[in-house]
Amino acid sequence: MKKLLSALLFTAFLSPLAQAADYQVDVKGAHAFINFKISHLGYSWLTGRFNEFDGEFTFDDQNPNGAKIMLDIDPASVDTNHAERDKHIRSKDFLNVKKFPKAKFESTHITHEGDDKFKVIGNLTMHGVTKKIIIDANKVGEGKDPWGGYRAGFAGTTKIKMEDFGIKNVLGPASAEIQFDLHIEGIRK
Amino acid sequence: MLKNNSQGYGLVSIIIHWLSAITVFTLFGLGLYLSELSYYDELYRVIPHWHKSLGVLLALAVIFRIVWMVSHPSPKPHGSPAMANVAKAAHGVLYLALFSLFITGYLISTADGRAIDVFDWFSVPGFGSFIENQEDLAGQIHELIAYIIMGLAALHALAALKHHFLDRDNTLSRMLKPVRHSNEN
Repeated sequence: MKKLLSALLFTAFLSPLAQAADYQVDVKGAHAFINFKISHLGYSWLTGRFNEFDGEFTFDDQNPNGAKIMLDIDPASVDTNHAERDKHIRSKDFLNVKKFPKAKFESTHITHEGDDKFKVIGNLTMHGVTKKIIIDANKVGEGKDPWGGYRAGFAGTTKIKMEDFGIKNVLGPASAEIQFDLHIEGIRK
Repeated sequence: MLKNNSQGYGLVSIIIHWLSAITVFTLFGLGLYLSELSYYDELYRVIPHWHKSLGVLLALAVIFRIVWMVSHPSPKPHGSPAMANVAKAAHGVLYLALFSLFITGYLISTADGRAIDVFDWFSVPGFGSFIENQEDLAGQIHELIAYIIMGLAALHALAALKHHFLDRDNTLSRMLKPVRHSNEN
């Protein structure tokens, strides 16, 4: 009886450290970023962001392969710090946000590659097209924050070809691919 | 010669009228053309630059025109008082459309806080966005009113021709030939 009790107490104390937990992406505090870069004529990199998005993820240190992530992105929130360019990107020449007002990434499976590295495989829906993509990710860190919450953060990169999503590339061959840099911090629910 | 009187228009009003008309049609043409340009067109950056530069200059000219108009006599309109009121209202709508174009055009290019370069003479400062996706909404309104003003201009021209050929009054002619002596009332 004493053994059972102490075993139970022991696991109770340990459990907060290793749990399958649901996290809400910290959009309110803006501790998440969806950045991208694309080559400008092959001469320099043009970077931008999607300012409006939301999402959640599930992560368990003990079972990293059971992790999941889902992100809803507002393509109209594209921001390359240039109003006329952003207007053009939103138009039917590129993102056509009037016709396709939503974009989404939903992971199908996540594999642990050792240390803090992960391969996040999932479906990206953009411009009305859904395609499988792979995000190379790593866990940056996790732990308690000074305000009573518990946070976990990840960084990831991926590349997509705009023509794979039905967007005609009129920008030249150097600009066929868009690289994404994702930085996601979630607060445990 | 330069100023209006109750009989007709002076040279200033006449020149501004026709210069504005030519500029409005030119701007419409540039606007149509620029919306079709692709990234690799040589004129991709040039045409919008001219469109914006001309637009700002026209805005300044129209402001001057209105100041001139309210500080000088206008020739009396021909036809019934009712028709005269309709004409006045129509002209008012033309001015309203013009200012809507100036404002919406300005709001597109300055949504990111950037200034508008007028040729390489001067820049009009921007104040940034007042609403989200301002450049998109302003752009749609700008395009819509551009088409409307073309329709209004056509009506305006038809009305002038009606006065000239049907009513046989000098409504059109006095916008072509300035008054001899502006001091005569």
